[in-house]
Amino acid sequence: MKLKVNGRAYETDADADTPLLWILRDELKLTGTRYGCGDAICGACTVHFNGVPTRACRLPLSAASEGDITTIEGLSEDGSHPVQEAWRRHNVPQCGFCQAGQIMSASALLARNASPSDDDIDSAMSGNICRCGTYPRIRAAIHDVAKQGEDAS
Amino acid sequence: MNPVVRLSRRRFLALTGVSASGLLLGGLVSGESYAATHGSEASGQRLNLFVSLLEDGTVEIIAHRSEMGTGIRTSLPQVVADEMEADWARVKVVQALGDAAYGSQNTDGSRSIRNFYTTMRQMGAAAKQMLEAAAAERWGVPLEQCRAEQHRVLHSDGRALGFGELAAAAAQQEVPDPAALTLKSREQFRYIGRDVPMVDLHDITTGKAVYGADVTLPDMVYASIERTPHLGGRIASYDGTAARKVRGVLDVVELKAPEGAPGFNNVEGLAVIARNTWSALKGRKALQVKWTPSEHSEHNSEAYLDALQEKVRSGPGQVARERGDVDAALATAGKVIEAGYRTPYLAHAPMEPPVTIAVVRGEGCELWAPTQNPQATQAAVAAALGLDKAMVKVHVTLLGGGFGRKSKPDFSVEAARLAAHVGKPVQVAWTRGDDIRHDYYHSCSAMFLRAALDEEGNTTAWLARQATPPIGSTFDTSVNLMEDGDLSQTFGSVPFAVPNLRVESHEAPAHTRIGWLRSVYNIPFAFGVCSFVDELAHAAGRDPAEYWEAMIGEDRHLDFAPEGFEFSNYGRPIAEYPYDTARLKNVLRTLVANIPWGEKLPAGQGWGLAVTRSFLSYVAVASKVSVADGKLQVLEMHGVIDAGTVVNPDRVQAQMEGGMIFGLSVALLGQIDFEGGAVKQSNYHDYPVARIQHTPKTIRSHIVPSEALPAGVGEPGVPPVAPSIANAVFAATGKRIRELPLSQHFSV
Repeated sequence: MKLKVNGRAYETDADADTPLLWILRDELKLTGTRYGCGDAICGACTVHFNGVPTRACRLPLSAASEGDITTIEGLSEDGSHPVQEAWRRHNVPQCGFCQAGQIMSASALLARNASPSDDDIDSAMSGNICRCGTYPRIRAAIHDVAKQGEDAS
Repeated sequence: MNPVVRLSRRRFLALTGVSASGLLLGGLVSGESYAATHGSEASGQRLNLFVSLLEDGTVEIIAHRSEMGTGIRTSLPQVVADEMEADWARVKVVQALGDAAYGSQNTDGSRSIRNFYTTMRQMGAAAKQMLEAAAAERWGVPLEQCRAEQHRVLHSDGRALGFGELAAAAAQQEVPDPAALTLKSREQFRYIGRDVPMVDLHDITTGKAVYGADVTLPDMVYASIERTPHLGGRIASYDGTAARKVRGVLDVVELKAPEGAPGFNNVEGLAVIARNTWSALKGRKALQVKWTPSEHSEHNSEAYLDALQEKVRSGPGQVARERGDVDAALATAGKVIEAGYRTPYLAHAPMEPPVTIAVVRGEGCELWAPTQNPQATQAAVAAALGLDKAMVKVHVTLLGGGFGRKSKPDFSVEAARLAAHVGKPVQVAWTRGDDIRHDYYHSCSAMFLRAALDEEGNTTAWLARQATPPIGSTFDTSVNLMEDGDLSQTFGSVPFAVPNLRVESHEAPAHTRIGWLRSVYNIPFAFGVCSFVDELAHAAGRDPAEYWEAMIGEDRHLDFAPEGFEFSNYGRPIAEYPYDTARLKNVLRTLVANIPWGEKLPAGQGWGLAVTRSFLSYVAVASKVSVADGKLQVLEMHGVIDAGTVVNPDRVQAQMEGGMIFGLSVALLGQIDFEGGAVKQSNYHDYPVARIQHTPKTIRSHIVPSEALPAGVGEPGVPPVAPSIANAVFAATGKRIRELPLSQHFSV
């Protein structure tokens, strides 16, 4: 079965019901996408599927092979996506394990809503758990990206 | 021959702390001595840290503690670099293997900075002095004319040599006597006290950071394990036929558990070994297993807590601390107030579930694990495989959260046993269900408090009883009573200036593996104690903040000994870290000054506060809540911490924010239930933790400026949170909630 990840084409003979997460991690060694719950509850495995934030742990290969997938490794060449930069400016991460998923959700939010309110942020980010409790800085970093966008325009 | 070269692939300058306790630097030994002792524990010498210097000028600083989000991989090297006058941009942090030579590596108990701050300063200062001595020798000038500054040694006439140029010569210098070292004054600090960003920040934000499951080895196979649902269960029978037929499944392997206390051993299970994760998970679903019952297979947590609560209410327990005559004071009191509190079992639920990669080659075992305690992993694996500890090599990856779970290496023992069986590298990865159902649970607790008030409402007697299954039971099944060391976490160490006081313990036999979780017994005990003080304030018709001050009384250092209580003080001497009521009252006053305490609020809103000392730090937290139509919302949280000297204020702020949000999970949501000996919950849907929408829009923390010795930071933010919220709920509604989580009473 074919797969397109971060602009590159791959071929896999894995079972069609295999969740995308395990193809990314076990086969492609794109380990920035994390396993946290296996049931689309925690958001640690969030990728962009045709631009939409999607939980890779519940997206079977059969469905995944029909679209474009972007993982944290493909969000930017060198970590220069505005969300990644804002995450560093605000020292958001603690343990960091959930942060790739958080960044993927936040970047998808900002792509469709350049200036989200606190409630917009809570709603878009409610599927991403951070056990360390970095939520206040996640909010601040997202607002910061939005503000920089406004300043630039 | 340069001993340094013999020791490792790189040139190496230095310096180690030696002491029996591993807490204080008793002397500095050279790289040569280190080489002699490294890997040979029999010598008894302990290396706390070493610094190495490459000829290109790169300073490698060993991080011997585990990074699970506190920033410790940055903060301790930051201390070394400061004293060494190393340029932070040219520092590379290298993670240590598990090795007793480093002293304790158990990253737990909020003790990395408090136990290693001075040691690390001495490491840096010693390295600096050796560099200065090397430069003096090269130039043929007196040492006094040489001074290290930002990665160079300067001579008073303007000459300079880079650290890299001095590497080989510095390694040959005599190791200074730590007593003779001159440490910097505060004004000279370059990095200590500054917000140095975490060294892993870029890797984390780009997905490159390496956690446990990100390590792969050639020919590695994947294991998923079905485990006994109740403690002590054994495989009665199983059928692995269907599992073996799943594509990619290689084998089904029985994983026996040894007899005796659980300790850090694996529990009994049946492992499916496969070519990839998905095959292992599918094969596991196809397993048929029957388990034998055990003495714990009838455990029902609700009935168990009911029984404990009845026990503490109805009769006296074993006395742990006593002052005056509580019974007489209660018998003659104008007003007696009493209340029972209870808190449930909790699971750690770090975002990264337990995972280990192990390989057994020849006589040795090598592991990669997100462990808080690599030496415990080493010891447990050595014991399980019958190996000498020196033959077990433990690599510490980044930890996707720990909170105490990952200092228990049962999951690494599983991987080692399977690797020995399979003869290939094995990854054992726990599912979230495995993590929630096979934790070392934070203990449940039942408490009962009774107090006498005089006519002014002052407390004249304080009686406190609890029954709580102790952590000790995990290592010795006969342990069933909280002792002074356990009670030193708030319940027994209350700082109250009341004339009559007694603290008692009732037996509480354990029916699961009990473990420590971020701030440990302080969670239930602060909930009981700080709720009850609030109840007393209201019963007396007084402001809770004012009442807290009255309860704490005048400025003094507490002395528990005359009351028969052995206060453990988080492992530090009381003379070094006194329990100082002035500092306790100061965080309370600072808190109240920073919030509109006493403000007039609309109906259904209220403020509540709580004050604790844990891990040697003083913390006060206030929460503002609203309750409307049965819905509880936390609107604001404010914390004040006095942690003594802080190394990295931004990371202290982050730990306070995170600690308060961890406490929010405890207060609102956390609950593990047992039925038929098995845990009912299985994932984040039925074991919810705080999400962004639970988090107050206003969450602030304030660090009290202090030059006192550094104290704990990772845990102290947690304990006051739940009582502050419950007290706020009372202020908002007049409804007193005496059990956690609050989701049993409100929608959250």
